[in-house]
Amino acid sequence: MKLLEPGATLDGFVVDACIHSGGMAHIYSVHYATTATSGPSDPGFPMAMKVPRMTAGDGAENIVGFEVEQQILRSLKGSHVPRFVAAGDLTRVPYLVMEYVQAKQLQHWLDEARETRRPLDPATIARLGEAVARGVHSLHQQNVVHHDLKPANVLIRDDGSAVLLDFGLSYHGHFPDLLAEELRKAIGSPTWMAPEQVVGVRGDPRSDIFAIGVMLYELATGELPFGNPQTSGGLRQRLWMDPTPPRQHRPDLPPWMQEVILRCLAPEAAGRYASAAHLAGELANPEQIRVTERGTRSKGTSWRVHFKRWIKAVGMAYKPSPLPTVQIDEVPIVMVAVPFKGATDVTLYSLRAAAQRSLGSRAGARLACVTVISPSETSGTEAAKSEASVHTRYLELLRQWAQGIDTEKHQLSLHVLEAGDVAQALLDYARGNQVNVIVMGAATHGLALQRIVQTVPMRVAMDAPSTVILVKAELPFSALA
Amino acid sequence: MKLALLSDIHSNVQAFDTCVADATARGATQFALLGDFVGYGANPSAIVQRVMTMVDAGAWAIKGNHDDMACHVPTATSVPTRGEITAAWTHAQLSESERAFLDALPLTHQDGSLLLVHASADSPERWRYVYDARGAAASLAAAVGLSADSRYVFGGHVHEQTLYYQGRGHDLLRFMPTPNVPIPLPPHRRWLATIGSVGQPRDGRAEAMYALFDRDASALTFVRVPYDHSAAAAAIRAAGLPDFFADRLARGE
Repeated sequence: MKLLEPGATLDGFVVDACIHSGGMAHIYSVHYATTATSGPSDPGFPMAMKVPRMTAGDGAENIVGFEVEQQILRSLKGSHVPRFVAAGDLTRVPYLVMEYVQAKQLQHWLDEARETRRPLDPATIARLGEAVARGVHSLHQQNVVHHDLKPANVLIRDDGSAVLLDFGLSYHGHFPDLLAEELRKAIGSPTWMAPEQVVGVRGDPRSDIFAIGVMLYELATGELPFGNPQTSGGLRQRLWMDPTPPRQHRPDLPPWMQEVILRCLAPEAAGRYASAAHLAGELANPEQIRVTERGTRSKGTSWRVHFKRWIKAVGMAYKPSPLPTVQIDEVPIVMVAVPFKGATDVTLYSLRAAAQRSLGSRAGARLACVTVISPSETSGTEAAKSEASVHTRYLELLRQWAQGIDTEKHQLSLHVLEAGDVAQALLDYARGNQVNVIVMGAATHGLALQRIVQTVPMRVAMDAPSTVILVKAELPFSALA
Repeated sequence: MKLALLSDIHSNVQAFDTCVADATARGATQFALLGDFVGYGANPSAIVQRVMTMVDAGAWAIKGNHDDMACHVPTATSVPTRGEITAAWTHAQLSESERAFLDALPLTHQDGSLLLVHASADSPERWRYVYDARGAAASLAAAVGLSADSRYVFGGHVHEQTLYYQGRGHDLLRFMPTPNVPIPLPPHRRWLATIGSVGQPRDGRAEAMYALFDRDASALTFVRVPYDHSAAAAAIRAAGLPDFFADRLARGE
């Protein structure tokens, strides 16, 4: 469709200006033509209209991506996507009106680092990566896999949160996949595409984790891990090849950052983080990341290993994926609230047993051990009560408590929160970290007083974004003898 | 307008009443009954009476192969099929007027872009099964032949909920829907859905199946509803029909 001039109207929207001319579409800022008395009133946020260059007359083929985006954006909720406003009839005037999000593209950080020749510091990279992973997880929780994540499609708001754009290649587990065909082809952008996408797999949430890995690699080193392949042979390289370790490009990069990046870029999806929420959890607590050989290696993988993998990759073929929500539900984030004030050994024992049960027998769940301490426990003047030393003491208590939990099978993280309102602190943590199950003590958090005051467990249970398990103290049978 | 589509009721009053009530509660304003009202189940007459009442009130109804068999009972072969076993019994249960009603039902119903057929629009009287993309393509092509306006072909017969659609390739693709989630079916594409069975689900789950098509929003919901299948099974046993027909309801087979 030809460029719309400022002042032009389309289906009740008035064009203010063209704010972006892309290869596939023009983006305009728009407002409603009508006044408040007739027609829809102002939605309360600025609006952008995306109009594809292709029209239905140019062949239905080209407009499928736009149709996919209309369907998926309409179905998505939450703060990590622009709010949907309206969609035009595809056969008449295709367009999409959505919230105009005022934020910076992730590309901005890459450009800035390149122009100033100053690489981004690891803390900034981790913060950006965590924001993207949280946004991506919220898509996966809605059964959507983005499949085209790249720095131009990720916005970062001033508050640090991410907004994801462009759902033209996305997959919705509840809808028929209009982009699919009998002969499964690679669908995505070559630079960021996951190996399984190369062989036509659609709907695996871990494909998005791979794309985050490519972005983190670029943020950390300024290089692309697999270049920008133009041929299908070049594209298939990532089925067996490990990229050059990021620290080879940039030796001052901390090993934990390399560990995270290379884990995101594992050729087989099962080798990556099990969910984007797990990845976010790691990036939020870099000091607790378990660094393996992967994090410290400074040489590329040997040709022998690559050759073996190359043989294996020849047989890699399309497989249908289970629903995204089914996949991420298998690897939940379990949060356990561990009280140290007035908690008996029996209570602590029972909490650990309940936490282990909630992690399940399958590998891959993540356990976040949280304890909340009162701000009065720390002091700015007394050295023994300094925040750092008090936190260290409680982290050590948590570490002792968590002994016996299989950290080979499950990722573990420890957190000391300082807050006057225990229930609120637990709820905020659970929301901010996309927790699936909260495990907490019934008695120690004052359930017995429920009749008199609203106790911590009841407040958490009522307002929690997830399942809450209230644990009653129970000794193991052997200890009773 | 919300259209409720119910097929393969198979004389199961418990399942039928549950689905009709559920569809009404979800705002259905038009009912389409896609055949196989009788056969297998214990209450053929009660179902036909309900269908006659609904048709008087404006519902659309078409004929299924079991309805045809109950009117024209096939001569006994040496190894009768399961359908044939109950056809003679069903025939005897129905009154003259009930049989006449079933026999007079049309094989297809067209309403604008919508074509309803019990089995396949490709020779409806041959009751072809739409089990795969090829069968779906043949039915869809025949529907377009019947009316160039056809965009949606909805049928039953296979007792499964499946959606066939055009992807980017030449062939139709098969999509297994998640129950109770509206799926956008924009009218610029052509779609074929098998909406499942009210009275005899066969996908390993006992819940009754039907579908709800919101024509204004162009969205189709494949619905599953739990119903009292033990009561339906008890009625089959009480009627003296083979235990197999009772047992399979709980197992969804």
